[in-house]
Amino acid sequence: MTLLGFPILTLIVFLPLLGVALLLFVDRAAEELAKWITLVVSGLTFLVSLPLYWAFDDKATGFQFVERHPWIAAWGAEYHLGLDGISLFLVLLTTLLTVIAVAGTWRAVEKHTREFMITLLLLEVGMNGVFVTLDVFLFYVFWEVMLFPMYFLIGVWGSDRRLYAAIKFVVYTMTASVLMLVAILVLYWLNFRATGHYSFNLLDWYQLNVGLPAQYWLFAAFALAFAVKVPMFPFHTWLPDAHVEAPTAGSVILAGVLLKMGTYGFIRFAMPLFPAALLAFLPWLLALSVIGIVYGALVCMVQPDMKKLVAYSSVSHLGFVMLGLFALNPEGVQGSILQMLNHGISTGGLFLIVGMIYERRHTKAIAEFGGLWRVMPVYTALSLIVVLSSVGLPGLNGFVGEYLILVGAFAVRPIHAVIAASAVIVAAVYLLWMVQRVYFGEVTNPKNKALHDLSWREMAVLAPLLVFMVWGGVYPKTFLGKTEASANHFVQTVQARMQAAAGAAPPVAQAAPPAAPRDALPAQRVPMESR
Amino acid sequence: MTFRPAVSDYLSILPELILIGMGLVVILFDLFGRGRGTRGLGYLSLLSLGAAAYAEWALMGRGLEGFLGSVAADDYSIAFGLIFIMVTAFTVLLSLRYLEDRELEFGEYYALLLFACAGMMFMASGLDLLMIFVGLEILSISSYILCGMIQQDPRSNEAALKYFLLGAFATGFLLYGIVALYGATGSINLREIQTALTGGAVYNNPYVWVGLAMLLVGFGFKLALVPFHMWTPDVYEGAPTAVTAFLSTGPKAAGFAALARILLGGLAAQQAEWSQVLWLLAAVTMTLGNVVAIQQENIKRMLAYSSIAHAGYILVALVAGGQQGLGGVLFYTLAYALMNTGAFAILILASGPEGERVTFSDYAGYGHVEPALALAMFLFMLSLAGVPLTAGFAGKFQIFKVAIDQGYLWLAVIGVLNSVVSIYYYLRIVVVMYMQRPVPRSLKTRAVVSIPLYTAVGLAALGVLYLGIFPSSAIGMYLDSAAALVGR
Repeated sequence: MTLLGFPILTLIVFLPLLGVALLLFVDRAAEELAKWITLVVSGLTFLVSLPLYWAFDDKATGFQFVERHPWIAAWGAEYHLGLDGISLFLVLLTTLLTVIAVAGTWRAVEKHTREFMITLLLLEVGMNGVFVTLDVFLFYVFWEVMLFPMYFLIGVWGSDRRLYAAIKFVVYTMTASVLMLVAILVLYWLNFRATGHYSFNLLDWYQLNVGLPAQYWLFAAFALAFAVKVPMFPFHTWLPDAHVEAPTAGSVILAGVLLKMGTYGFIRFAMPLFPAALLAFLPWLLALSVIGIVYGALVCMVQPDMKKLVAYSSVSHLGFVMLGLFALNPEGVQGSILQMLNHGISTGGLFLIVGMIYERRHTKAIAEFGGLWRVMPVYTALSLIVVLSSVGLPGLNGFVGEYLILVGAFAVRPIHAVIAASAVIVAAVYLLWMVQRVYFGEVTNPKNKALHDLSWREMAVLAPLLVFMVWGGVYPKTFLGKTEASANHFVQTVQARMQAAAGAAPPVAQAAPPAAPRDALPAQRVPMESR
Repeated sequence: MTFRPAVSDYLSILPELILIGMGLVVILFDLFGRGRGTRGLGYLSLLSLGAAAYAEWALMGRGLEGFLGSVAADDYSIAFGLIFIMVTAFTVLLSLRYLEDRELEFGEYYALLLFACAGMMFMASGLDLLMIFVGLEILSISSYILCGMIQQDPRSNEAALKYFLLGAFATGFLLYGIVALYGATGSINLREIQTALTGGAVYNNPYVWVGLAMLLVGFGFKLALVPFHMWTPDVYEGAPTAVTAFLSTGPKAAGFAALARILLGGLAAQQAEWSQVLWLLAAVTMTLGNVVAIQQENIKRMLAYSSIAHAGYILVALVAGGQQGLGGVLFYTLAYALMNTGAFAILILASGPEGERVTFSDYAGYGHVEPALALAMFLFMLSLAGVPLTAGFAGKFQIFKVAIDQGYLWLAVIGVLNSVVSIYYYLRIVVVMYMQRPVPRSLKTRAVVSIPLYTAVGLAALGVLYLGIFPSSAIGMYLDSAAALVGR
């Protein structure tokens, strides 16, 4: 089922390649032309991806817009794409943030503009590919290939310590993901033993019932790959380096989309594939999520560098996402999915804001600023909205996600939820304290006296994000309505399989029993929007 | 009874005959055409290789055997034969300009390459141990001379001497191994050895084990497996770059062809034992090769250690064995030949007549001076590192898949962790090319313009991408070829 028989997912994933092809023929000196081509092509990709929202059937729990073609017959790998409520907004977020990243770095790229734009477009291909593929082999291909554009963004266009940050980024993520490759190969083999044919079809793999203790090891390998990406405490140390050194566009994409690949990986792969291991590791994962939330928030308080502060705040916010996921109830999971989107928007916005001031002053140190509201009133006003959205002020998007997550977490682990909720306060402290030091008061540093306020382009870059922040805060049903069915389905299947796993140690690699009927589950809460 | 060869006997070694005959023709042409340059001889060699490839193609699927069952033109040897021809052809493309720039215009160079190629083909098609030995010697002696081609350069001389001494040493081991096996089984024919070793008292004959051990040591030297790898970096560094490209791909592939033929076609009954030894060799070869490669400053040396590591990966496939494993050996050999030759072609292109550019710092900013070539180098490095959508990944995937299928999980884990280590040094050249400022020297020297070299780079890049994105048909083909040796 594709959109009116049209392979729309393929088009969305590979349309940016058209831009790459065009850019290859652009003269290196024609930087403006290169930027415009990229803007138009990424804008076009966004426009093509928009109809997904309306065409998406929010009642269905399965995958939609499915495309399936044979690819590598010798291994049974297929070109298999599909979209559900979980990935829908991640794709839209990717296409939107790419446009914003291009427009946001219009003046910031000082060298090799054409190559920068090519890298950005290739990154978009990889990211969208990861979110829509249902073939595990294809997933791994996109997952790995996407690393290299990011590596170049940091390494070529980054700031002073870029080489260190770039290589750290690659080695960290590569190490974790090759272990996942081994786990994929083992699952592939188990699937072969169970079914008699080689296949990477994720939907088939869901039917596998992997024996113990193999399941623990496989889960650990998958979870490690995703935990590094999220990043969960204690695998987060690459993130501040990567963020601080990356150019603005890189940071926006990295925080906005790339981190979501980790959380998405948990939802799509690690959690449903290994229910017994999930059950066993759940206390640890919950603890790590909460530690990440608190630790990230506390570290933020002492950061002298705005970008590093925003980077650590990501560790904290992504901890929330993980907490909601591991709560394993509809509220928590829906909150997580929404919060992935929110974090992409808010943190993407924060990095843009930092980037805008960096372009003017070439510093990100909080101590260098003060009293910006006097010289840049528009900038200050917009910044405040973005910050408040990130803090989770009611009425803006961040609140809805965090609230749902905390409700979900409280239902199963009250103590975890209480500790996590306290970090919300800390978040307000560190972000508002930054606001106070940077924007309020008198202009203390004479260098800031002559700064010019935002240009039309910069306002236009922030505008879509602001619209979304307000919309998401006031009327979240736009988003929750689409994710609800998939989130509930996810919770049901994982819960049912976890109970089956808890009931009896599963035999080695047999087909799983059919999913338990709905009424066999613990009391289901109806998400508040559908009341 | 005297043996009278029939036509089919000659047909079964037709490609080898073509190459040796044309090699002699090249020498004659060189003799009468001195002073006219060697470019023509290079093209003549390419033509001969094409003819040999056509002969291989025509023989495919017939399963010919000749000379009382001592050589076979089966699909297994043909698959390897085509890889050898490809490697040799690439080497010729790499050499045309290289020889002129360094005033190494000896016609024998091409003749030796053709002889070496024929030797490799005999190694793959030999059905008895002596045939394989003779093939190995044809290859080795040609290679020794090729290594020392730059007479004025002491390092080239050192390379040749070192290669010769250690090669002779290895040959000794090999010969002792063959003798011991002959003593134990009464035959040098692999099939008869197989029959003799399957069950019965011969299985526990100590000479079998002595022979097996000697064979492994001999091949260990030839394939540069750790701990028999010491000669490799010096030889690879000192030899002319085009010859290094050849040495790191061709003879290695031939060594694996012969080793697999002997182990799976003659000593299959002992698989439980030799696979344990190979397991250990594979693990240390991959690890040491990669770890030491990190510290290299000279790219030729780095590629030498990396070739040691890649031999380790191929060994993993051999340990796993069977049709899938052998198919993996073939596929990986092809992939490695493409990506490694491509990388060496770039090294040659970047080095003008004034000297070689072989250290990392020589390539600072190269990505902005020569974008197309740097991009190709980037691709080859990604492939060597095993990043998806390249031939290197497809090969590694096949190898680790077989390893896990056969229960060698830990070997696969060691393998993938090694590929992470390798990422570091392969990306180092990418870092230098794209993320460092050009030094005056790298700005000054643009690439030499050479159509054959560009052709080699282009073909290698296309091959790496094609095999990476659509590996299915090649893997299917190689699985069929592997079936000729180990069955389905």
